[in-house]
Amino acid sequence: MAKLYSKQPKKNINLNPKDETISFILNYSKALSVINYKEMKFEALQN
Amino acid sequence: MRKELISDATLVSSYIKGDESSLEILIKRHKQRIYSFIYSKVYDRDVAEDIFQDAFIKVIKTLKKGTYNEEGKFLPWVMRISHNLIIDYFRKSNRMPKFDNGGEFSIFSVLSDNSLNAEKALIKDQVETDVRRLIDELPEDQKEVILMRMYNDMSFKEISERTGVSINTALGRMRYALINMRKIIDKHNIILTN
Repeated sequence: MAKLYSKQPKKNINLNPKDETISFILNYSKALSVINYKEMKFEALQN
Repeated sequence: MRKELISDATLVSSYIKGDESSLEILIKRHKQRIYSFIYSKVYDRDVAEDIFQDAFIKVIKTLKKGTYNEEGKFLPWVMRISHNLIIDYFRKSNRMPKFDNGGEFSIFSVLSDNSLNAEKALIKDQVETDVRRLIDELPEDQKEVILMRMYNDMSFKEISERTGVSINTALGRMRYALINMRKIIDKHNIILTN
């Protein structure tokens, strides 16, 4: 029987980011505030 | 279960209004697809974490600045941001995952590519042209010796035979040729480096 040289399709990858990454993002979101002044927008990070 | 019923668009707009928990729901809902997508391109857990994080930092900034205008298409939008960040990552690291060695030993970590990159090749050309122009400035007898020695790779014995002078004279001409070239380089502040 002829050999199949085609690559096996890669298995579906189901991965999740680390909990620390998620919590960093959520904390970043809480700390970031955008201040609008006239036409300008300022970002402020408050920890 | 109730959370699943809330649409992305609703969550996005309540997040913009200040409800931080909406973002948490959005992230939890889509994290697997986004992270897996990133990982499928970079094949590195740490890099994938970084890109995932940067993507959401962009998302947060855009939403908080009120510049988001794709209501109802939250996931494709985040995917697009991730995709752009992946491209940036490959541009920065100047490599593409062309080979998969199964992770243990990579022959490419031992082999190196010594050929010059485009910029260095250009500089090398430039330096060689400059040196050639300097040689043209030399007196004829010195120029002749330099060309035979450096460009034709002849020995001083061969040079002396060809030019009809003694080996010592040929050596002396070579010496003066180099001294004169250095003088011209110093005088005109010519930089010959690669």
